[in-house]
This record gives sequence, structure tokens and C-alpha cells, in this order.
Amino acid sequence: MARFVIRRLLQSAVVLLGVTLVVFLLLQLVPGDPVRVALGTRFDPQTYEALRARAGLDQPLVVQYFDYLRRALTGDLGVSFRSGRPVTAIVLERLPATLSLAVTAVVFAMLIAFPLGIVSAIRSGSLVDHAARVFSQFGVSVPDFWMGIMGILLFSGVLGWLPPSGYVALTEDPGRWASHVALPAATVGLVTASILTRFIRSSMLEVLSEDYVRTAEAKGLRTRVVVLRHVLRNALIPVVTVVAVQLASLLGGVIVIEVLFAWPGIGRLTYDAVAARDYPVLQGAVLLVAALFLLVNLLVDILYARLDPRITVK
Amino acid sequence: MSAQQVNREGQVRRALSALRRDPLALTGSLVLAVLVVVGVGGSWLAPSGINEVDVDRMLQAPSWAHPFGTDELGRDVLSRVMVAARVSLQVGLVSVGIALAVGVTLGLFAGYYRGWLDNVLMRCMDVLFAFPVLLLAVAIVAVLGPGLTTAMVAIGVVYTPIFARVTRAGVLSVREQVFVRAAVSVGASDLRIMRRHVLPNIAAPLIVQTSLSLAFAILSEAALSFLGLGVQPPDPAWGRMLFDGRGFVTEAWWLGFFPGAAIFLTVLAFNLVGDALRDVLDPRQLTVSEARRSTA
Repeated sequence: MARFVIRRLLQSAVVLLGVTLVVFLLLQLVPGDPVRVALGTRFDPQTYEALRARAGLDQPLVVQYFDYLRRALTGDLGVSFRSGRPVTAIVLERLPATLSLAVTAVVFAMLIAFPLGIVSAIRSGSLVDHAARVFSQFGVSVPDFWMGIMGILLFSGVLGWLPPSGYVALTEDPGRWASHVALPAATVGLVTASILTRFIRSSMLEVLSEDYVRTAEAKGLRTRVVVLRHVLRNALIPVVTVVAVQLASLLGGVIVIEVLFAWPGIGRLTYDAVAARDYPVLQGAVLLVAALFLLVNLLVDILYARLDPRITVK
Repeated sequence: MSAQQVNREGQVRRALSALRRDPLALTGSLVLAVLVVVGVGGSWLAPSGINEVDVDRMLQAPSWAHPFGTDELGRDVLSRVMVAARVSLQVGLVSVGIALAVGVTLGLFAGYYRGWLDNVLMRCMDVLFAFPVLLLAVAIVAVLGPGLTTAMVAIGVVYTPIFARVTRAGVLSVREQVFVRAAVSVGASDLRIMRRHVLPNIAAPLIVQTSLSLAFAILSEAALSFLGLGVQPPDPAWGRMLFDGRGFVTEAWWLGFFPGAAIFLTVLAFNLVGDALRDVLDPRQLTVSEARRSTA
């Protein structure tokens, strides 16, 4: 187990190094001078020189990269070309909004996917099973932003139950936070639920066809006991991975939903940075999300290896 | 005719027959056929010009004259949805084409030569995998500048690793087969072995992956266009139309409904065909129980 953890840690470190290189090179891909492009009509020589020097753009490329890496390791991701504020502070300010949306969406998805996936596997071929399969296919094919627009139309425009957009912090007013998070979380959560339902169903079906389940049934155990004691415990181990990967991808993959619902998270920050050509903020947001994505994947792999010792052997 | 050719033709026949027998896959194929016709002939088939502005008929609800209604500039939504089909198809085909060409080449070399080349190439793919797909595509388009071409390149780049991994996995198993060793022993060059013996034998999972990736590429393009990073106005794209229509969603539902429905139907059709192809061409991807039931 220790060897497995060390190997995964080393692999993640190598990938993270590659991620920093890709993020660093993004700035080099900008046609022309990125600082000049970012300043646009606000150009003045003093600001220009100060920003170039602060971003280290007056140094050779290799020096720039190692400097970027050294600063990134100490939590310094540069300063915004627009506001002059530290990128790390800007990005971290937006993290709670994204986290609250992603966690709510995953909880919402699990509340739908677990009962639906389990029942559709146990009653394979039934009406519930067909409904679950239609729901899964619908979820993986529907654009989440379209569902969001339709949600706004129905729940805000027609019924007037929920606000169409905006954000209130959970710590500020939990009730208003809940009403604001409901639509975006349900939009993202339904898509996530369809993926989870598909996975839980197939994982359950696989375990249901195992010999030890047949043995348990042959012993005369009640279906409920077989399902709870023998099937669920084994079928849900791989589901842990999928839930965590979904959560990780939501941390960086809800740009469109955050833009649609004016949700001030990392996705919205990325969008604003693109519109303002604020490249250091864009780089910071992308780096943070990729690092979080890697960290969650690493933790899941270790957790998975703890739950299923066969993984370390493989 | 060689045994391999017979096998390949058998696979194609099985795939076509499966598409015909599966009602869902057949429906998906028909939707795609309509989409291709609309995509190719959209400009001629559309009832109105896509940029015909008429303020007298702005935000009109669906009617016989305008079955999908009109937008805030009085343009016919049906015509714009039809012409935008070409954009989606074009982005899907070109970006998946890029991912397929680059990913398959990298996967072939990594799997065939293994060793340090395999390590370097696959670690590079791991790095690309570390980014959420849309985030990386947005970042690439942001630095290269918005537009159709950069959107296609960006989507192509983010889908390259999956093709590289699928190809490498296939190559690793095929390169140990007797017919590959026989080709080596008669002095065939590495490139010839890869092209004539390895590639045709890993075609099945690649066809499946291509079909499913087309669906995701179209979704990604719609998302990029929704963010204003894809097709630029006044050219129509489904994602862009949704973005433009979101401000009028409560007073003109059709602006949000029809372009989104077009994306949904297209992606659903690709997914249905992809799933059917996977069941026939790549049964290893089925779960054990699904496989048992399908052979029962």
C-alpha cells in the first residue's frame, strides 16, 4: 500500500509539473505582446513596463518558467493585469462559490442516482429500469446550459418560485443561498445524476451476476439482505471514484452554468478574465482547477486502494 | 482476399445490420441523415435569409410563416437553426478529425515502440487529461483568439488524449499477435506493420470512440459559442443563438428552446449510434452482465 501511495504521489507530481508548463506556455501563445493586448486603450508606458517586469516577461523564456514555478510553489501566481491585485487572492475569493455549487450539485445528483440506479439494476427490464436508461441517455446528451435556460423559463418566468440568477453566500443568509443555488445546482446535478445512474446500474448488475450472490440467494437469504449485505457493499466501491471525479470536474467545468446564472465562482472568473484579456488571472484559475482536479484524483485512487486491496496488487 | 479483410468486412456488415435492427440506433441514424442534408443544403433549404433583419416582425411567436418564431432583430429562427447545423457538423468532424489523426499517431508510436517514447508521450497525455475539457478549450481559444478555426483546434487538442489512450491500449495487445511477429520476421518495415496490420485491427474501438467524441465535440462547440468564443456574429451557431436568446427567455421562449433542442437531438443521435456501434464492434466495453444478457 505504501509503495502504491508513493508511486501515485510521484506520478501526480510529474503531471503537476507538466500542468504548470502548459499553463505557463498559454501566455506565450498570445499573438503579440500579452501586456499590450491586455492594456488595450488603457495603455501607458509606465504601467506597461511595470506589468511586464512584474510578470517577468523581460527575462528569457527558461528563466521565466523557473521563476513562475518558484513563485507558484510559494503561492504567488502574479498580479492581475486589470486590477493589479494578487491573482492568488482573487482566485481564492471565488473558490467558496464554486465549491458550494459543486457540492450541492453532487449531493443532488446522488439523491437521484443512488435509488434510481439501484432499483433499475435490481428490477432489470422493468418500467423503472427503462425510465432510468432513458434518463441516463437524456442526461448525457442534453446541453446543461439549455436545461438551465429552460429552468429559468419555468421556475422563474412562469412559476416565479426561484430567482433567475445571482448569488448569496451561505454564511450570509442560508435561506436565500438555498433559493439561489437551487436552479444552477439542479441543472448541473441532473446531468451528473444521469452519469452516476448509468454507472451505479452497470456496477450493480455486474455484482448481481457474481457467484457469491447466487450462493447467498441459494442459502435462502431474503433479497433485501442479499442486496444490502453482499451486492451494495461491493458495487458501490467503484462508484466512489466516479462521484469524486464528477465533483472534481465540476470544480472547473461549470463555466457555462456560472456565466448563465451570474454565479461568482472560478468559472465566472475565468470567463471574465478571458473577456478582459487578464492572462495572469486566467492562468491562475486554470492552474488552481487543474491542481484541485489532480489532488481529488490522487485522494480517490488512495481511498479506492484502501477500499479494494486488489487495486494495489494490479 | 485475406482473412483480415474478411474479418473487417464482417465487422462492417455486423455494424450496419445492428444499426438496422436496433430501433433507437436506426432513429439516431435517421436524425443524423437529416442533419447532414440540412447541414449541406441549409442555405438553399432555409425559408428565409439568415441575416434578413426586419424590425416589424421582431420576437414573433412560432407561426405558419415562421415555425420557430423570429428573434430580437426579426430574423427567422428556423432558417438560422438550419444553417447553424453546418457549423456544428463542421466543428464536430474537423475537431474530432484532428484528435483522431494526432491521437492515433501518438498512440500507435507509443504502443508499438514502448520504452521511453511511450513514457514521454503518455505522460504528456496525462498532463492534458489533468484539465477539465471545457476549461482547457476556453483557455486555448482565449489566447489564440475567438473564432470557428480556433474553436475547432481547441476541441481537437482536448480530445486528443482519449484517442491516444484507446489506440495505445489496442496496439499493446495487437503487437503481440502472431501475424505481427510474422510480418516482422519477413522484414516488413515498422511503418508498414503499423499501417497494414496493427491499425486495421484496432479500428473497432476507434470507430466507437469517434462516434461518441462527435457528440461531445458538438456539445463543447455549443458551450464555446455560448461563451462567445466560437462562431462570431452575425453567423449563426446553436450555442451563440442560445446565448443571444437568454436575455429574452421569459418573453420569447422559442429563442432558447429551438437551438437547444437542435443540439440535444444531434448529440442524442450520435450517442445512440455510438452506443449501438460499441455493442457490436467493441463488446469488451460492455459490463459482464450486459455481455451475458446480450449473448443469452
